[in-house]
Amino acid sequence: MEKLSFRHTTSRALPGAKAQAITGVVASGNLEVLLERTLPPTECTVEIETPIRGYGEVWEAVVADFVARAEPGGLRITINDGGARPDTVSLRLLQGARLMEV
Amino acid sequence: MMLAEILASLFPEGHTVTIADGLISGEGPFRGGRLAVIGIDGDTALGVDGACRLAGDVLDVVRRGGGTPILVAIDSDSQRMSRRDELLGLNEYLAHLAKTLLLADAHGHPTVGLIYGHSAAGAFIATALATRVLVGLPGANPSVMDLPSVARVTKLPLDRLEAMAKDTPVFAPGLDNMVRTGAVQAVLDPDLPLADQIAAVIDAMPEDDHRDRLGRERGGRPVAEEVAAQVVRDAALG
Amino acid sequence: MNERIIDLAARGEGRGWATSWYEASARARIDGLLDAGSFREVIGPEQRRMSPHLPLFDLPRAFDDGMIVGSGRLDGSAVLVAAQEGRFMGGAFGEIHGAKLVGLLRAALKLKPAAVLILFDTGGVRLQEANAGETAIAEVMRAIMRVRAAGVPVIGLIGGRAGAYGGGGLIAGTCSRLVVSEGGRISVSGPEVIETNKGAEEFDSRDRALVWRTMGGKHRRLTGGADAYADDTIEAFRQAALDQIGRAPAFDLATLEAEQRRLEERLVRFGDCRDATEIWGQLGVNDPESVPALTTADFETLLVSLGETTHDAR
Repeated sequence: MEKLSFRHTTSRALPGAKAQAITGVVASGNLEVLLERTLPPTECTVEIETPIRGYGEVWEAVVADFVARAEPGGLRITINDGGARPDTVSLRLLQGARLMEV
Repeated sequence: MMLAEILASLFPEGHTVTIADGLISGEGPFRGGRLAVIGIDGDTALGVDGACRLAGDVLDVVRRGGGTPILVAIDSDSQRMSRRDELLGLNEYLAHLAKTLLLADAHGHPTVGLIYGHSAAGAFIATALATRVLVGLPGANPSVMDLPSVARVTKLPLDRLEAMAKDTPVFAPGLDNMVRTGAVQAVLDPDLPLADQIAAVIDAMPEDDHRDRLGRERGGRPVAEEVAAQVVRDAALG
Repeated sequence: MNERIIDLAARGEGRGWATSWYEASARARIDGLLDAGSFREVIGPEQRRMSPHLPLFDLPRAFDDGMIVGSGRLDGSAVLVAAQEGRFMGGAFGEIHGAKLVGLLRAALKLKPAAVLILFDTGGVRLQEANAGETAIAEVMRAIMRVRAAGVPVIGLIGGRAGAYGGGGLIAGTCSRLVVSEGGRISVSGPEVIETNKGAEEFDSRDRALVWRTMGGKHRRLTGGADAYADDTIEAFRQAALDQIGRAPAFDLATLEAEQRRLEERLVRFGDCRDATEIWGQLGVNDPESVPALTTADFETLLVSLGETTHDAR
């Protein structure tokens, strides 16, 4: 398994009050994303465990794009990956952020 | 040990245990009363017909009452793998057999499993694993799946699996690993009278299902006990 | 990406009652099954109680190990609920996966809920944790017996993509009542397992029609292997679960003697049948070939006309 970890600063906290959400399932081509509102309001971390090695740069780009779009300040995001494609990862991350905005 | 030797060691004064189609059934004198014996011999697969017969035998013992202990002696294959067995609802027959053993136990009939040969998968769960205490004899070989099959399913090389099996009791076949998992409480000594050893097992029956505690103590299931206990602690009706 | 992403969260819906049970995730099933917002998970994903064994095999883990347990309300009544996620490792029983269900059943002895609901979706034992999974299944069956003996119904709901296979089929057989849908399969050896071990002449696993009529929900319901047949929606499973809770048989000698007679009779009546359609014909179904295509409503009508498929012998 490969472990990746990214830390970002955002310009705002993600709106909403939901403390925690989970979306997706660990399965072939899929992933699960756990989101927890436990960080200072303008910080965001994304930790990933994936069985597919050597795609750190792709993950870095997908995560950076997500952070720019969602501004998920305050969230600790943890991913168990089952070998999802980048578009699936993006979709799941945005879904997760939306669940937290309730 | 062979079944004949086991029965001789259990019942030095003789017994009425018979074997037909690989199914063991009968009883013998035991501590001033009787010890009922059911089981599977000769690496026989357990199908709907066999499970139904064994369950009937267990219910007969329960109906007669008197707290007669039941020994479940096992040297079986896995469940019988066939279209007919599944068509007829093998899951119900195996579950029913397990339930009769659990009911017997609840009705004051101590149930002891004795694995002396092979057993696997559904046959193992429906018989030996459905007793209050399961013990083994040296040479017994319980398994969920043999390593070559595990290699096929997990797509891992056999030699790597064999290496992993040495220090990972959670998945590797064999009696020692089932002891470490807590499923098998103890391994008996074939050179001592089995009657005395089974009597001692019955006298020391655990009150609750403590297989997960044994699994933690022996390192074969490091976290199961703790996880189950946490659920009990944290669950609340709302 | 072959996996279709269709769970409730993906649709952003709060309640998806018309949602397919088969397609829904385990969490979506629980959310739709219980009264809105009533589910309280125990050992939630934030506790990261993940398998200590899967990393040895270089396999990804899930936060909940594929088993979600907790409490909630069903039409106002307090229940305990467990759901397997069939897409994670085929819903198979590993050490933590199994221990969570064992713990839930032990909690039921203490809490005395109106029922314990088990949402099966499993291929059986997780081979990477085979000994732990197999032992856990034995522990679950013992715990179910104790819960039932204490008067708490244990209701199994089967309609997931992984079915209820292997040890899952055995656990299902110990439940007080079973609800099954068309897509729910209950069996010990799966089609592939039989074919691998005994050859395609014994069981052609690619013959999906054969799989459904040998192990599928309709066959199990017709022969008494399940007690209720539900449409493949979360709402239908909710209604069926509610109906079954009040009808749970006791766990005692009389029940098991009745089950013994029921199973012996099945062997006598159908032991020589080579195909499910023969059994259905002997049950009194006029046109056995038409059964797989029957709608739920027509299938219910058929069940009523047969009049002997409901029993308390479980």
